[in-house]
Order: sequence, then C-alpha cells, then structure tokens
Amino acid sequence: MIHRRQFLHRAGGLAAALVGITRGRAWAGGDAITMPFSNGDRPLVQYDQKRPLIRLTERPPQLETPFDVFDEGPITANDAFFVRYHLAQIPTQIDPDTFRLQISGQVKQPLSLALAELKKMHTVDLVAVNQCSGNSRGFFAPRVAGGQLGHGAMGNARWTGVPLRAVLDRAGVLAGARQVALEGLDQPALPTTPDFVKALDLDHARDGEVMLAWAMNGADLPWLNGFPLRVVVPGYYGTYWMKHVSQITVLAGDADTFWMKTAYRIPDNACACVPSGGKPDKTVPIARLDVRSFITNLRDASTIKADTRTVVRGIAFDGGHGIREVALSTDGGKTWRATELGRDLGRYSFRPWQTTIRVPAGAHALVVRATSKSGEVQPSEPRWNPTGYMRNVVESVGIQAA
Amino acid sequence: MKMIVVALALALGLGLATAALARPMTFRLPAETSRLKASTLAGYPLAEGECGSCHSRDYITTQPSGKGAAFWTAEVTKMVKTYGAPIPDPDQAKIVAYLAATY
Repeated sequence: MIHRRQFLHRAGGLAAALVGITRGRAWAGGDAITMPFSNGDRPLVQYDQKRPLIRLTERPPQLETPFDVFDEGPITANDAFFVRYHLAQIPTQIDPDTFRLQISGQVKQPLSLALAELKKMHTVDLVAVNQCSGNSRGFFAPRVAGGQLGHGAMGNARWTGVPLRAVLDRAGVLAGARQVALEGLDQPALPTTPDFVKALDLDHARDGEVMLAWAMNGADLPWLNGFPLRVVVPGYYGTYWMKHVSQITVLAGDADTFWMKTAYRIPDNACACVPSGGKPDKTVPIARLDVRSFITNLRDASTIKADTRTVVRGIAFDGGHGIREVALSTDGGKTWRATELGRDLGRYSFRPWQTTIRVPAGAHALVVRATSKSGEVQPSEPRWNPTGYMRNVVESVGIQAA
Repeated sequence: MKMIVVALALALGLGLATAALARPMTFRLPAETSRLKASTLAGYPLAEGECGSCHSRDYITTQPSGKGAAFWTAEVTKMVKTYGAPIPDPDQAKIVAYLAATY
C-alpha cells in the first residue's frame, strides 16, 4: 500500500515530467467545439496518431470523434477513432517484443504468448462497430452524471487478429469453467480503486467471433485504441473491448469485480429504461448494442436548395443482426419513405444508406429511423436510465430550404 | 507517428543488425491544462488537491451545470465509497459545498 503522502508526491513528479516533454504540443490551433447541449464547450486537441478530436477529459484521456467524420464513409479512420479510458494510469511505455499475453486460471496449460506467436496463428478479420455504452449521454433529459458525450463515442473498423476461442483452446479450458476475465495494462491512480476488469461468459468468449486484435483498418492499433492488442466483442458495447489486453483468466464462477457487479449495468427490462428520474429495481450487465441511425451529410441549421433534388445520407447499425431498413421522414416523423442501403460490410458494421429529397422553401425536420433484421425499431421517444446508457431514439436534423 | 518515440539510442549504438532486440515504445501525453474555477470557499483548494490527485479537473467541469448539492454529494460519495478516495468526512462536505455553488 502506497502511503497517501508518497502517492501525491509521486503523482506531482509525474505531472512535472510530462509537462517537461510535451510543452506546446497539446493544442491544434486553439480550436474548440460546442456540443449541442448545455455546458458543452470542448477543446479540439491533437494527440499522437490522431487528428484533432473533441476532448472530454485529459487524465485519463477521453476523446470523441467529430461527427463530420462519419460522413467520410462507413469505416472510421484510425486517426479519428474515439478514445475512452477508465483508470488514470494508462500505459505510456510498451515493448512489443517483450509484451506477453498471459492466459491462466481454469486451464490445463497456462500460456504466455508473444505478439509474434499470436500472429503465427490462423488470422481472421471482421468489420465491427465499437460504441461506448454512454455514447450520446449529453442528450439525456434530465441530464445524468458521467461522461457528457455527443454522438462521437462510436466507430467502425476492420479488426484483424485471432479468435479468442483459438487461444483458449490452446490453453485447454477445464470442465466447469464459467467466465473469462479480461484485464489490460492500465492501472488505477490509487491502490484502493478497483482495477478495470471485465468478463464474458465462457460460451460467448468461445463463440469464434470474439477476437484478440492487433490491427484495425490494416494498421497496428493506435496507442490510445489499445496497442498492441485489444479485445473485440462484435455487437457488444465498448466496455468489453479491453484495450492493451495482457491478462486473460478463466474463472470457475462469475467475475466478482466492481466493473461487472456494480458498474455498466442496465435496468433488467426490455427497454433498459425507467421513468425519467427513476431507479431500476433490478439490473443486469450491459450487453448488445441497440439499433441506431444517423444523418451524416446535413446538420442542424444546414441550408439546402428548395424544390431541388438533394442527397441525404448516413449510417445505421445494431448489435449484430444487421440492418433491414432505414426510413427517412422530412416532416418530423409523420410520414416515412424507404432509403437505399449501401455496401454491406457485415452484420456488425455501419451500414451506409442514402436517398434524395425535394422539399419546398421553409424549415424541415429530417428524422431517420432504422429497423434491424430482427425487427428492432428505433423508438420515437427517448428512453431514460440513470446511467445514461444505450440512447437510441430516432435522431432528427432541423434544416432550412431556400 | 511524430510523438511515438522508438528508443533508438541502443540501436544506433549497436548498429541496425541488433535494432530489433530492444525497442520499447513510449507515448507522450499532453500537459494537463484544465483547472477548477477559483473560489474563496474552503472546498476549492480541497477539490483541486483531492479530486485532482486521481483524475483531471475536466471530469468535474464538463458535468451538467446547476445539478445542486444532491448530485455532487452522490458524486463525492461515489469517489470515496466506490473508488476508495481517502477524503475525510469534513473535507467531503466542504468539497460538495464548493462544487454545488460553482458548477
């Protein structure tokens, strides 16, 4: 146990060292952005390997993707991909040659695998959306505590790695095992803070799709996205996608960690919601993404030409069934028309959609609504929960035709 | 890749043939800039020190404004009970009073 006085001294020394080596590098032209909710002023800051991103917090870094990026195409560029950490001591030095992934617990043969050994195994790749559980939390009404995010804590990438199943099979999971705990290189600032550990049920961990990935979009993972190895859990919220993953422990029971038992839990009902301001009676761990869609080429107060064909396009996604239909309304949700779906990069990917509209002069509320192949439809009214998770109400954009 | 520094000193010393033997990579984080709003309340310096020892101040300053004492009591209690922040009770109350009056 570190004595508190020692700890504060050490933290101060670390801060001073960081100031010394990075002075003058933090700001990208002093730019800032105002999110469309109160107290939404944010700096745009450029970190290494990243373009200027919306900074929510500094220690640990939490960076949001500027929304315009999602109009660049269905794949989110590595240098624009959002960043979310929980614990203040993020790794700042890693040797990829000596890095080892440890597999232990309820296994016949504990393993310590170098990156090179992992890369020699049968490699797979998959396009999947990673979305923060609290993406869009800033739009909750009433507002709730937590990271006050706009819509930019999501991204879609092609992940390359090995199935977690292959690594577990190599270690040999013992009969009766229940869960697989995932742990990364980040550490809490205080020894009393629960370490960030997440867990998947064994069947899920062995489904062949959950992956240990070292590359996204054909390049090494950016440092802030989990270099040199991260977990990819297709269709599931980002909380399970452990970054800098270094320890996998097969458990005989359920993981007894704060981050599973207390945090990242949602109301145990079909809508994962409670009446505004209420509290759930019973909760379960957050799991699959709900269905969402966005307009990406027009924003609030955009002006288009009246009585002229105008392209409206965007993205839609869900927790892994795939998108069946995206409908657009130009009258605030009273009437709907189908749109044309774009290239299918897989059922876990952003699905592009596009249509053309022709509207008379005046103000128009464009609303977009996706339906998944399982029949899940975005709700017309926002659902509320006290942790600000899983927002998926239909989103609207108020435009002006002139 | 500008700020990723591959430790080349050893490699340069021993020549390219051994460059792959040791290449720890480091990541530099920008200097912290966020600060709490100055106040004459006793909780202001306490919040700077206690809250800032575990996370940057923008964790506080970006929260919804005007949420009042109940909101900030819940947050400070969470930091103490859940995340193990060793803040004495009287200081917790002062921090809450400052946060509720300021944010």
